[in-house]
Amino acid sequence: MSSRLLRLAAIATAAGAFSGLFGVGGGTIIVPLLVLWLGYGQKEATGTSLAAIIVIGLLAAVAQAVYGNVDLWKGLLIAAPAVAGVITGTALQQRISERGVALAFVVLLVASAAVLIF
Amino acid sequence: MEAVDLIGLLVFGFAAGMAGGLVGVGGGVIFVPALVLFADETQLGAQATSLVAIVLVSLVGTWRQHGYGNVRLRDGLLIGVLSPIGVLVGVAVANVVSERALELSFAAVQLVFAWQLAGKAGLR
Repeated sequence: MSSRLLRLAAIATAAGAFSGLFGVGGGTIIVPLLVLWLGYGQKEATGTSLAAIIVIGLLAAVAQAVYGNVDLWKGLLIAAPAVAGVITGTALQQRISERGVALAFVVLLVASAAVLIF
Repeated sequence: MEAVDLIGLLVFGFAAGMAGGLVGVGGGVIFVPALVLFADETQLGAQATSLVAIVLVSLVGTWRQHGYGNVRLRDGLLIGVLSPIGVLVGVAVANVVSERALELSFAAVQLVFAWQLAGKAGLR
């Protein structure tokens, strides 16, 4: 196995572990590791992380639906404005420098860590 | 559902999607508390229901980012497909480590990432 494939597998394992433990999609793990280990640009890491989250989220959604824990109507109700938000956010990102996106991500990481600690 | 709840879901939903588009996360960090506060869900129910929104946001976000040339589809899908291995690892770890220790170690990992990313982007 190439070292590149090994690194992708390690990122997948870390993302799966943290999303399983904390119920989040794993984006806060995937984005930094793509940048730090695979030399991705900050924007490339963003887009590629979203592609990974489709699969991670879908697998988790199916597992949760089997147990009857998913309220589809409420999910769609909050998803509708969120889809408008992601279209706006991706468009906005194209007008920001790589450095600006990195700064936004660093702020998110610190905020998320603070929530976990306190 | 009252008007205030509907407005809450709209505002927080939009914010979560926006965060997803800007920095590449699914938005669960915002969806879960919003569903607890405004849609009368339990923490566990909210985590499950939020996945509907996370899947749709990541799907549309990937499509838009692909248009901007920012998606390496093969790498992304590979990470997704291999992630269940990590879920198993996570469950095994959760059985031997306390929840508080897990929270603190996740926080520490995020702070280390923040420091390294800031360095790489020339922010410090």
